[in-house]
Amino acid sequence: MNKLIALNNVNQKFIHQVESISKQKVSNCYQCGKCTASCPADFLMDISPNQIMHLIQIGQKDEILNSDSIWVCLSCITCTARCPREIDITSVFNALRIISRKEKRPVSIRNVKLFFDIVLSSIKNQGRLNEVPLLLKYNLWSGMLLNDADLAPSLLGRGKLHFIRRHKVKEIKEIRQIFSRSRISDS
Amino acid sequence: MRIGFFICHCGSNIAGTVDVVQVAEYVSKLPNVVHSVHLMYTCSQPGQKEIVDAIKEKRLTRIVIAACSPKMHEVTFRRAIERTGLNPYLFEMANIREHCSWIHDDRELATQKAIELVEMTIAKVARHESLFSNKVDVNKKVLIIGGGIAGIQAALDMADGGFEVVLVEREPTIGGKMAQLDNTFPTIDCSSCILTPKMVDAGQHEKIKLITYAEIESVSGYVGNFEVKVHKKPPYVNYEKCIGCGICERKCPAKAPNRFNLGIGEGKAIYIPFPQAVPKVATITKEHCIYFKSLAEGKLNRCKICQKVCHVSAVDFEIKDEYINEKVGAIITAVGFDLFNHSVYQEYGGGRYPDVISSLQYERLLSASGPTEGKIKRPSDGKEPETVVFISCVGSRDDSVGRPYCSGICCMYMAKQAILTKDHLPESKTFIFYIDIRAGSKAYEEFVKRAQVEAGAQYIRGRVAKIYPENGGLIVRGVDTLLGQQVEVMADLVVLANGVISSRGSNELAQKLRIPYDQYGFLSEGHPKLKPVETNTAGIFLAGACQGPKDIPSSVAQGSATAGKVQGLLSKDQLETSPLVALVECSRCIGCFKCLKVCPYNAIERITLKDGSLVASVIPTVCQGCGLCVATCPSASITLKGFTDDQLIAEVEALCR
Ligand SMILES: Cc1cc2nc3c(=O)[nH]c(=O)nc-3n(C[C@H](O)[C@H](O)[C@H](O)COP(=O)(O)OP(=O)(O)OC[C@H]3O[C@@H](n4cnc5c(N)ncnc54)[C@H](O)[C@@H]3O)c2cc1C
Ligand code: SF4
Ligand code: SF4
Ligand code: SF4
Repeated sequence: MNKLIALNNVNQKFIHQVESISKQKVSNCYQCGKCTASCPADFLMDISPNQIMHLIQIGQKDEILNSDSIWVCLSCITCTARCPREIDITSVFNALRIISRKEKRPVSIRNVKLFFDIVLSSIKNQGRLNEVPLLLKYNLWSGMLLNDADLAPSLLGRGKLHFIRRHKVKEIKEIRQIFSRSRISDS
Repeated sequence: MRIGFFICHCGSNIAGTVDVVQVAEYVSKLPNVVHSVHLMYTCSQPGQKEIVDAIKEKRLTRIVIAACSPKMHEVTFRRAIERTGLNPYLFEMANIREHCSWIHDDRELATQKAIELVEMTIAKVARHESLFSNKVDVNKKVLIIGGGIAGIQAALDMADGGFEVVLVEREPTIGGKMAQLDNTFPTIDCSSCILTPKMVDAGQHEKIKLITYAEIESVSGYVGNFEVKVHKKPPYVNYEKCIGCGICERKCPAKAPNRFNLGIGEGKAIYIPFPQAVPKVATITKEHCIYFKSLAEGKLNRCKICQKVCHVSAVDFEIKDEYINEKVGAIITAVGFDLFNHSVYQEYGGGRYPDVISSLQYERLLSASGPTEGKIKRPSDGKEPETVVFISCVGSRDDSVGRPYCSGICCMYMAKQAILTKDHLPESKTFIFYIDIRAGSKAYEEFVKRAQVEAGAQYIRGRVAKIYPENGGLIVRGVDTLLGQQVEVMADLVVLANGVISSRGSNELAQKLRIPYDQYGFLSEGHPKLKPVETNTAGIFLAGACQGPKDIPSSVAQGSATAGKVQGLLSKDQLETSPLVALVECSRCIGCFKCLKVCPYNAIERITLKDGSLVASVIPTVCQGCGLCVATCPSASITLKGFTDDQLIAEVEALCR
């Protein structure tokens, strides 16, 4: 983080943007920290959820959009469930990811973007998620060939992996329409 | 008819939005208006003088003042008018501040609206008549509901001032929450040492009639003359005879949860709440008594051991509900508060972990007269805790549980409990999870510092996300927002700072008293700044935590303040009643008595006319002028003085011109 934050440079437009996408009022946050205290991914984050909330309040756009945290967030909604001011923090994190992708900013964690891209293209092309191609593609492109390979036998045993290609969903046209309507997820 | 009109600038409050000069000019051209001026502050001394002088010089016979709400200054102006010899009811206010300038921005439209409001008022005042108030005798007795520290203080001050007091307390003893506390902030003096003398004084004072184990059944009447019915629940012990020796409690075989110790430790079906109780008498809880239980099941177990062992034959299973009627001139409500029930916090165990306790339970553990005789032993296994964690704002400042307000006292009692923990267990370690530290009163900040520096309490800034049991202890997972990191403590005991909520049943009581309460159930004061102990109902007052969270110093201050107010009221021999009351035109009354049913003040009676017909009649000293009967009467035979049909229609016509 920057050592000195210039408080005159509050990016009001950014605050509005986050608020209108997330439909949350960030000034509601009174910094109790319960979101951070409850977050299962906090240990992977460079900036904790309550600090992200505060950085939005003081309009520090770059600080936030350059962070790992917005890509580490699991969207598990624990923070939202715990917040005493009833802020949907998960939606705020979603808004931050949307803004980042809209502006085509680099994703600080390369493999997170890779993972999102593979998932989305699978849904776009097949209308559903196919676990086997997903795992193969992800391992291949991330260069971690044997990543999680040890899990394969047990997943297989439970019938979670299907090598035979399943049929596409019937309403693939509608799914494509969803994609074309929300251009941001396409990039 | 000579109407005088005065419009107030109220600094820029009105004149900033309404063109007062234009309004005055417009009004000066209306029929019957002989004087129309604008004044900077009509309520000020020079403002009032201008009005008085104008009435005399111009021989005015009707007055209209366009200013703030009549709630604010109607009485002020009536008094000024009365000084000139003019009847004070030949006057009317037009509210062009709250109803106009404060709520509009457009100067032109606001001025137009002000003119319309004033025209209506002038049309109405032309139809005013002189009205005269009645006088009623004042009953000099006061009823105080709730015998916590606030109620006790008010009772003692009233009694010392020579007034008769009836003190009604729901529990068998007075004392309230303060009796359950160990030591008190910000001085760490023993709660019972400073409370007991006051309780004893209240119990022995010749002017104070104590009715404990009782509640208010109904209230009727009005300021100066209330009639109250008190319901005394049957304690199955004759309080007059009982000497409080406690042998019954020792011999009683029926175990019961100890209410005074909030479920920590055991109690008996017959019990004396605590050694310093006033009155110190025993009470039977029916649902735990073997005799009563067997009776309910249709069997007959003649346990009655308490009755057998009592030396003074005080135990009496035949005692029935008793109703006591009291006539009083004023009522003070001091029903205190309750604690937020933390079981809604599933992440803190939802009340299932025995070693996650409420702050008040902890007071009982600390107290020398408590269930552990002042040894801190945790409920699950009686072990002395090495690490105690305090969590602030449980049920406070939390929208998700519907409690957005700060409870005001918990920051301070947490600091106190941390200091006391160190006192009891010098080897212990305490952590306080807080969001903000609210220590705004005299010597409070220094007290918190004492907890931090002298008692070594570790303050961690952040809310706790969850508590879960592990290896016989409790893991507390929170955050240190100053570091931006999650933190974890292994605790032996967790004490929650439960928030302050309105006292159970206080809303039902408020309805009986016809006083308003806020969305959280706290009773509403008359004005947040200027009438802190009055209510909107004349003759009914508030003291202590029933009005909102309060510590002991503020509760005592309010108790005394209320007593001062009530003494002012009751020192008058007679009170003037408002002449703005309803009047039945008996020749038109058809005797259906629908009015009698709707009147909330029981102000309507049946009278027999000379011709033998039965009609309704309003008792003018009881009527509060609410107008319900007027709207209800099918034969239109009731009018409300000061608000006659004629006057209201004139107003509407003025508006439609
Ligand atoms: C854990 C804890 C620690 C505290 N420590 C401190 C401290 O160290 N220092 C300090 O200054 N303050 C402390 N306080 C605050 C203190 O308890 C309150 O300020 C004080 O008790 C308020 O007094 P009260 O008379 O208004 O209300 P209460 O004490 O609640 O008394 C109200 C009384 O009215 C009775 N009552 C209720 N309803 C009815 C009814 N319908 N009819 C008849 N009677 C009724 C109740 O039985 C009770 O006796 C603490 C509070 C808590 C919870
Ligand atoms: S939604 Fe994201 S920020 Fe919130 S708790 Fe889950 S991982 Fe953490
Ligand atoms: S007094 Fe302190 S602990 Fe209590 S609600 Fe207010 S801030 Fe929270
Ligand atoms: S106006 Fe009618 S209803 Fe209202 S208090 Fe008077 S008599 Fe009762």
